[in-house]
Amino acid sequence: MADEPKEPKPPQVPTGDKPASSAPPVSTPPAAVASTPAAPPKAAAPAPPKPPVVLQTPLDNDLVKRFRAKFGAALLEAIEDRKQAILTLERARLAELALYLRDEEKFDMLSDLTAVDWPKREKRFDVILNLYSFPKNERLRLKVYAADAEEVPSVVSVWPTANWQEREVFDMFGIIFSGHPDLKRILLPDEWQGYPLRKDYDILQQDTAWVRENLGIESGQ
Amino acid sequence: MGPQHPSTHGVLRVKLKLDGERVIGSECIIGYLHRGVEKIAENRTYQQFAPYVDRMDYVAAVSSGLGYCEAVEKLLVTEAPPRARVIRTILTELQRIASHLLWLGTHALDIGALTPLFYCFREREEILKIFEKYCGARLTTHAFRIGGLQYEAYDTFEKEVERFCKDFASRIVEYETLLTQNRIWIGRTKGVGILTAADAIAFGVTGPVLRASGVKWDIRKAAPYAAYDQYKFEIPVGTTGDTYDRYLVRMEEMRQSRLICLQAIENIPTGPIMAKVGKVLKPPPGEVYHAIEAPKGEIGYYIVSDGTVMPYRVHIRPPSFINLQAFDRMVRGHLVADVVAIIGTIDIVLGEVDR
Repeated sequence: MADEPKEPKPPQVPTGDKPASSAPPVSTPPAAVASTPAAPPKAAAPAPPKPPVVLQTPLDNDLVKRFRAKFGAALLEAIEDRKQAILTLERARLAELALYLRDEEKFDMLSDLTAVDWPKREKRFDVILNLYSFPKNERLRLKVYAADAEEVPSVVSVWPTANWQEREVFDMFGIIFSGHPDLKRILLPDEWQGYPLRKDYDILQQDTAWVRENLGIESGQ
Repeated sequence: MGPQHPSTHGVLRVKLKLDGERVIGSECIIGYLHRGVEKIAENRTYQQFAPYVDRMDYVAAVSSGLGYCEAVEKLLVTEAPPRARVIRTILTELQRIASHLLWLGTHALDIGALTPLFYCFREREEILKIFEKYCGARLTTHAFRIGGLQYEAYDTFEKEVERFCKDFASRIVEYETLLTQNRIWIGRTKGVGILTAADAIAFGVTGPVLRASGVKWDIRKAAPYAAYDQYKFEIPVGTTGDTYDRYLVRMEEMRQSRLICLQAIENIPTGPIMAKVGKVLKPPPGEVYHAIEAPKGEIGYYIVSDGTVMPYRVHIRPPSFINLQAFDRMVRGHLVADVVAIIGTIDIVLGEVDR
């Protein structure tokens, strides 16, 4: 898969500041498989030599100013990552803020809702909402933090599309959305135990009892 | 209904609440094809995961692959070279035609028109042959690489694409003579499964289904990627948002895709096909959401990097999954026979719904 036979020859414009030092990606065997994630770092040398590129910058555009003026402390952080706007909000006020963003700022579509697990953090989950505005042709990402047993306000009443997406997050992470009309598993069987996309759920792990009982086999692997 | 019903295009199970022949409520049961793609992603390197996305929407693998590669490129803060982008555009548009053809054939078959299927598969075969010649695979192609392309276009690539596009103009007319004015077709599709623009947006519906409801929105225009900013094409829209409109929109989209291909092969830039990315990819920490216009709608990738060789988190926003959610709204009040037409018109692929 990773073994390109022809070395791509980039006809670099002479920028001068880039001598050969940045060039050769040392030929690591393509089978740098997942089992040894710590091994290859030396080979990745080509990335660092450039001056450190700042990818995350604080964001302070008009939207953020209006938002801050109206809600103040509910906006925990506003940054840009690779030119994409991210607002970190206070969890308890998510539904109210979402309604404001939909009606006043015209973010009329919720394109995507998901979560990320950071088990070492005090509040281990990020819940992520990717919004899109048709009138402005703009995207905006919202983020709230939630600890293990903390409920996140549901946004189904704001964007009906959140219904299945919140169910999926519940299914995979076990995050409870308060106010959701019908919060149950969606992709996995209803009786399944465990939340597979949590980081402490191993990739080979499964609900063996369920598998044995319903499929009549010892293991689904 | 289902999960082994021929009209559900895979393993979709639908619970219907009926009043005689009329549907008064529905619930989709999904997940039969769940493979934990997102979990797999966290345990593979960025390149190792690329072939997996082909297995989601397996009838439009090229489009899923393009979205993933571009998302990782964004994460790496790099871009594919111009030549790679144009070839990507051509292949993706061919894939759009192939996907729409499969939809048209099976959708018509569900409703009872047997003939279009054979016509559609005839042309789809031509496209799959081009894919096969290009990268050796027909369905799960893994045609692109992160940073560009692995393979150069083969010698007669332009010629074959051109020949296909030239022939295809009259082929669309053939399908249309079979269906567009067909009284049975109109009777089965007009006024069936209406989705208003406001509902479509509220349910996050994208792609041809959204456009048929009258919202002129296409990511190829709204946020151009690959090489779409260089080509002229129209975004077809519908007026009522019924099954017939969705049919017309997709037919027109095939015509537009054909035009894009013709424009693109006229001037494929020369130069490298791979950007300078290392063999071991370690994107700087951060996150990115990148969406492209797949044949079925917006396919989005949300990728979080922690600076290692494996993605910390990959979330895929599959268009079929989101669009299917509007099914309940579209089906209420219709007859059981229309359920089949409505499932067909959303154009779902269960591999993508369940992931």
